[in-house]
Order: sequence, then C-alpha cells, then structure tokens
Amino acid sequence: MDVAFIIETIVKIVVILLIFSALAGFGTYFERKVLAFMQRRLGPMHVGPYGLLQIAADGIKLFTKEDIVPQNVVKPIFKIAPVITAATAFMAAAAIPFWPQFTVMGYTVHPIVADINVGILYVLGVMAIGLYGPLLGGMASANKWSLISAARSAAIFISYEVITGLSLLAPLMMVGSLSLIDINNYQAGGIGNWIVWSQPVAFILFWIAAFAETGRTPFHLVANDHEIIDGFGTEYSGMRWGLFFIGEYANMFFISFVMAIIFLGGFGDGTIAGAIQLILKVAFFFFFFLWTRAAWPDVRPDQLMWLCWKVLMPIAVLNVIVTGIVMMF
Amino acid sequence: MHHEEPFKDRNVSENSAYYYVDIEAYPETGWDKFKQVVKRTFSGELFVGLWVVLREMIKFDIHTVQYPKEKLPIGPRYRAVHKLLRLWESGYERCIGCGLCEKICISDCIRMDTRIDENSRKEVTEYSINLGRCIFCGYCAEVCPELAIVHGPRYENASEQRAHFVIKDDMLTPLDLLKAGEQAEYPGFGAIIPGSDASVKKTPLAY
Ligand code: SF4
Ligand code: SF4
Repeated sequence: MDVAFIIETIVKIVVILLIFSALAGFGTYFERKVLAFMQRRLGPMHVGPYGLLQIAADGIKLFTKEDIVPQNVVKPIFKIAPVITAATAFMAAAAIPFWPQFTVMGYTVHPIVADINVGILYVLGVMAIGLYGPLLGGMASANKWSLISAARSAAIFISYEVITGLSLLAPLMMVGSLSLIDINNYQAGGIGNWIVWSQPVAFILFWIAAFAETGRTPFHLVANDHEIIDGFGTEYSGMRWGLFFIGEYANMFFISFVMAIIFLGGFGDGTIAGAIQLILKVAFFFFFFLWTRAAWPDVRPDQLMWLCWKVLMPIAVLNVIVTGIVMMF
Repeated sequence: MHHEEPFKDRNVSENSAYYYVDIEAYPETGWDKFKQVVKRTFSGELFVGLWVVLREMIKFDIHTVQYPKEKLPIGPRYRAVHKLLRLWESGYERCIGCGLCEKICISDCIRMDTRIDENSRKEVTEYSINLGRCIFCGYCAEVCPELAIVHGPRYENASEQRAHFVIKDDMLTPLDLLKAGEQAEYPGFGAIIPGSDASVKKTPLAY
C-alpha cells in the first residue's frame, strides 16, 4: 500500500464528506421549497435571495444552540446515538461509485473510496447499522414518544431489510457480482440493458423498501410529528439533532445512488453523458422522496408490518424463484 | 366602502354545493380486506395524488401573503384598537362622559374620570382602556350614544410599552388631523350603518 493510494483515499473521503454534508443542507432547502410549491406556498423567502441562505442560517442556529442533555437520559448512549446515524450513512458511501472514472492530468481517478467485491452487501449492511441511531437514541431518551419511535424503527428497519435483501437477490443472480461497478458495467449497453426492464418487480419492491429504510413519508412513522412529536429526536437539540438530520438526508442521497446504479443503468458506459445521466437519475429519485411527502398520507405501523410480511415478502420470494427458473432454462 | 356579502347557505340541501361524502362499507372478512387493498393499490389513487401536487407546482399559483409587505384587506366592521373621535364641526370631543361604555364593558377594562368644566359642561379628563384585558367584543362602541368610541382598523398593536394605544391621547383624533379632514368616519363597529336614514320608520303609535 503506497503513500499515493492513502493520500488519494483520504482526499476522496474528505470530498465525499464535504459534498454530501453540503448536499444534505441543500436537500432541506429543496425539500422546503418543493413542498411549499406543491402546497401553493412560497417557502423560505427572507434569508438571502429566494431564501437561499436559509441553509446557512439553519447551520448557524444548529451549531450555536445549547447542547441539552436531559437529566434522566442514559448519557453515553444518548450522546453516541446521533453519531451512529450520521457515521453509518457516510460509511455506506464508501462502496458507492459516484461517477465514472476519469483522468486528470494523466492520473486516473476512481470516484469510489473502496471498490470491494461485496459492495452492495456492504452498503446495505452499514445502512442497516444506522438503525442503532434511532433505536439507541430513542431508548436512552427517557421519553415515551422516543421509546415508541425506537420500537417502531427497530420493527420497520428489520422488516424492510428482508425486502431490500430479497428484492436485490434477483438482479444480483443475473449479474453474478455484488460489486456496484460490476452491476453498473452489466448495464453499460444503454437503456435497453437496464435491469429495471428485466426486474421491474424487484425495482418497485426495492423502491418501496427504500422509503422504509430512510423513513420517508408514506413510512414516516419513526418520527411522525403529529403523533409522537419528533420520535427519537424529541429530546435532542442543537448539533446532535443536526447529526440525525444530516444522516437522514445523506441516506436519501445514497439510496438514490444505489437505486440508480442497480436498476437504472448507473453511469452507463462511463462517458460524461453517462455521468450526467446518473446525476439526473439521482435527482429524480431524491425529488420523488419530496414529492411523495407532499402527496401521500402516512400508513399505520401495523399496516406497514402487514404490507411487509404478507404482501411484499411473498412477492419478493416469488420474484427470486421465477428469476431462478428463467435463468436455469 | 359598504358592501354586503350574499348569504351563503352552508346547510346540506339539494341546491347547495355541499353534500355528504360516500363512505364505503368497512371490509369485514379477510378476503374483503384483501380486495380493498388490491383495489386501492391498482386503482391509481396514489398517482392521482402525485399528479395533483405536481400540477399545483407547475401552475405555480402561489397563495402566500408576504405579511409585513402585503396585507389582506380587513372587514369594515373589524374590531381592532379603539379610537375616540371628535365632532367634525367644532372639534370638541364627542364623548360626553356618560359612562355607559365603562358600565357595559364586560372585562371591566375602561377607566374614566370626569369633571364639570367652567362652562358647566361635563369634561372627560381621563379615559383609558386596558388593552391587556380588552377582549375586543365591541360592546363599548355599540353602546356609545355619541359614536365617540369606535373600533379602528389598526390591528398591529405591538409596541415597546404596554401603556401605548390605551390612554386618551393615543386614541383621540389629534386636532390637526381633524382639521386636515383625516378623521376616518369609516363604517366601523359602533358607527352608523350607511344608508340607515332610509331604514328609519315611524314608530307605530296605533295599536
Ligand atoms: S371592546 Fe369590549 S372588552 Fe374591550 S373595552 Fe370595549 S366593551 Fe370592554
Ligand atoms: S359611551 Fe361614548 S359618550 Fe359615553 S362615556 Fe363612553 S365613549 Fe363617552
């Protein structure tokens, strides 16, 4: 392992951290604007032109706010929980290829921190660890809303891990590799080769599960404002709460990347056009997260469990079996 | 400025726009529930929702009122911070110190002091309304026989001091404004309804 490699990796890590922390901020701005427009409002308007500096105002607010650790919480766990959410979100990014490789001044850059051969397994695994953020934070908070939220998040994440895993199994059987770069290259032939055409069911299932994994609106019960306040985040303030927030938005971006790469052809053949297409696909998925929040109601926890175990899981299993049979003959 | 809103019949009837929403029977058996889910899943209701919000976003028909810059018009009979008016011709205060407003105020927040002046006229020396207690019911304006105390249209009553707006000097129309003809004789609460002359009828004496 030479020095150049280590330096390159560190630079990549820092770049990814900075870009996606900033994107998480912009994500909140876009969310507020998109939701506002869909509800015939204007959204943030007063800080900066068209409210653009609202992000800076929010950031300053979060950083300078008093860091409150309530009296009866389990302090070490309460303090570590937000870090888990944010850290696992960014750790998952290590195996995601954000861009095709390109050459700068004769030096080939691979915009992926680690092209490990179990890439997608690693991404999903680390994202699943993110569950411990809401779970531990909620349980340590000494607050009944947080506790309910912790219970819900545990139930939802574990259930929907099953869906993500099973729905991905079928495409992975076709590709024969767990590396996201291999999956991408499998579809390099153009739109006709996208896995979404051969695995539409898996795509829909994974998409649905992505909403549960990120806790976005139809499945937003871990922090449903109108019934359990902010769920696991109720007792948090300042930057600790901000870490939860960054983790949530970073997760939304990363899962959008994963969906675009696995099902919609990723960056295609690796040209600039392909790279721009990847950005557009990710933007669409991110927009869809906001769009559903404006349009759809939330489902109840029991409905969610029902949907997972009685509807989605059987379909996912059937999908795997059918794919296997088709591949055999 | 006077305008009448047409009466809106909000009761459910045959010729109103309001109607009862049809509610389907709740599913009883497991099979019914399953059918309901299948129907809801594939009937595209979710996409109707998506389309509606997207359409609103594209139409960009924004309804936000950017409050300090833009303001909604308020109704002419809106009951905001009180005003004490003056007689147009002489510039005297209209208030004759009868004390009816003080008496009727249900929050007991009007306080006044009177004396007999040199011309043997009753003069109001102090008149204050504790706006911290006033519930803006409008009884004082309604009862005043001289149209002296009325509700003005000023609803932005944030101030550095509690005492603002509430003492006589703040509410009374200043003389210079009166001379400039700027005392607003709007059809506010407690004022004569425009065109009320026409509706005056002779008291029927014969039974
Ligand atoms: S508006 Fe009602 S509560 Fe306020 S001063 Fe007049 S009578 Fe009293
Ligand atoms: S009812 Fe009118 S005239 Fe009588 S004291 Fe009150 S403001 Fe003055």
